[in-house]
Amino acid sequence: MDIYTEIILDYYKNPRNEGPLPDATTCAKEDNPLCGDKIRINLKIEKDKKTGKEKITKATFCGNGCAISQASASMLTEKLIGKTPKAAEKITDEDIKKMLNIPISPAREKCAILCLHAAKKALVERDSAKAKKLISCTTCKKKSARA
Amino acid sequence: MKDQKNLKKDFPIFSSKAAKKDGKELVYLDSASTTQKPQIVIDSISEYYKTSNANIHRGIYTLSEKATAQYEEARQKTQNFLNAHSANEIIFTRNTTEAINLLAYTFGEKYINEGDEVIVSELEHHSNLIPWQEVVKRKKAILKVIPIKFDYTLDMDAYHALLSPKTKLVAITAMSNVLGTKTPLKEIIESAHKKNAVVLVDGAQSATHQKTDVKALDCDFFTMSSHKMLGPTGVGVLYGKEEILKELPPFMFGGDMIKSVSQYNSVYADIPAKFEAGTPNVAGVIGFGIALDYLQKVGFKTIEQNDKALFSYAVKKLSAHKEVTLLTPPADKNGPVISFTVKGIHPHDIADILSQDNVCIRAGHHCAQPLMEKLGIPATARISFHIYNTPEDIDKMDKTLQKAIKIFE
Repeated sequence: MDIYTEIILDYYKNPRNEGPLPDATTCAKEDNPLCGDKIRINLKIEKDKKTGKEKITKATFCGNGCAISQASASMLTEKLIGKTPKAAEKITDEDIKKMLNIPISPAREKCAILCLHAAKKALVERDSAKAKKLISCTTCKKKSARA
Repeated sequence: MKDQKNLKKDFPIFSSKAAKKDGKELVYLDSASTTQKPQIVIDSISEYYKTSNANIHRGIYTLSEKATAQYEEARQKTQNFLNAHSANEIIFTRNTTEAINLLAYTFGEKYINEGDEVIVSELEHHSNLIPWQEVVKRKKAILKVIPIKFDYTLDMDAYHALLSPKTKLVAITAMSNVLGTKTPLKEIIESAHKKNAVVLVDGAQSATHQKTDVKALDCDFFTMSSHKMLGPTGVGVLYGKEEILKELPPFMFGGDMIKSVSQYNSVYADIPAKFEAGTPNVAGVIGFGIALDYLQKVGFKTIEQNDKALFSYAVKKLSAHKEVTLLTPPADKNGPVISFTVKGIHPHDIADILSQDNVCIRAGHHCAQPLMEKLGIPATARISFHIYNTPEDIDKMDKTLQKAIKIFE
């Protein structure tokens, strides 16, 4: 089975939720030491006015990476929106693999799950000075054309 | 010149069924990472274990003498290979990384002091950068970096400007593992010596593709790795001028590196034993000696001819795609390494698609992250050659690359 399915390529070429999130409440980035790729996940967590429960209302990603890492990050942001932080924390590496629905070789596993690790870091490091500093960093720009 | 097809036959992996993928033959274009091994090298290792295995430098019995003689013969072969003055100048390590760390911990500790300067270049592999980053941090010294120019060659004017009476060491690669750039070693070494600085040449890439003559170069240290030279993994070489090595403190302590030991004090052995604590990789070193024999039998003239021919052919093929950008220095300054990027496709994806057709290339930052930052890209795809590669390998790579470009269109 080919890993470059239409869905993966579509998310890579037309990423959803890509770019900075100026009103994010937390964010974090992860590096892939194997290839130097970087993924940053930005989240906006708000209290629901009716229920008083916290919810992820916005999620975006930025960074450089291969088709697998970019598609995975884009799909994950869609998955995160609407979830409570608690539910988001429960997403596993296996869930990501199921979401991508392609055979992931050991060499590409890190590409696929990098975004999840960044998202979990953003949740853990909520309200930390590190996350706040990163929110104010706007060097990550939306890439309209990929080099 | 030996026929290229015949040389491929010397490397059993290319006829191995296990190395095939879905019936497709192995196309190995990652020799800058590690090379394949000829049958004679593989045989020499099992032969050693079958006929000569014993610990060296200790036994009085014949078997140990035999093992010691073979191990020391490999040291002499290495001396000849590098044209060193003496076999005592050859230290066996695990790899180039360990050889450079050995120097960082011995030379760095003894001679680099607060305010001193160490010069490296933007082309360095992490292994010739991080050990020096750590030394200058420990010693409150200063790390200076020779930049590269737009044609991917070293900015020699900048180098000359960086040299100062405070320069203690210049650590420079002979050939970049990312761009293939060859550096002007003679000029670098002569200028450094005028400032009384010593020069370490990282020959991990160059030693397997061009003749090395440490006497003619007059470098103070030279390092290389067996596994990039058709030899086994786990063996590296540090060459150092005898008068400098003699003055350095030991790196690791323990067996085999002593003259005498009392309960609270020890006297250390002379070089090279002083730097080879513990039982070394005897079988590996012997295999490395056989790899050196093989390289010299093929000859650097043949190796360079093949490298050049494949380089031009690959450049021609790759340039034909408008999506491909090559990162190669001018033709007279490059080794058999080509880094490239493809518009719209991440190098990881290129390598993955090529792998589906059993074509092995490298994708990533190639252990040279500062260089990637300078080039303004996160990663490159890289192909690299050795004596077993043929134009057909390039054709197969190119065919699958076209497929990749189509997938991402």
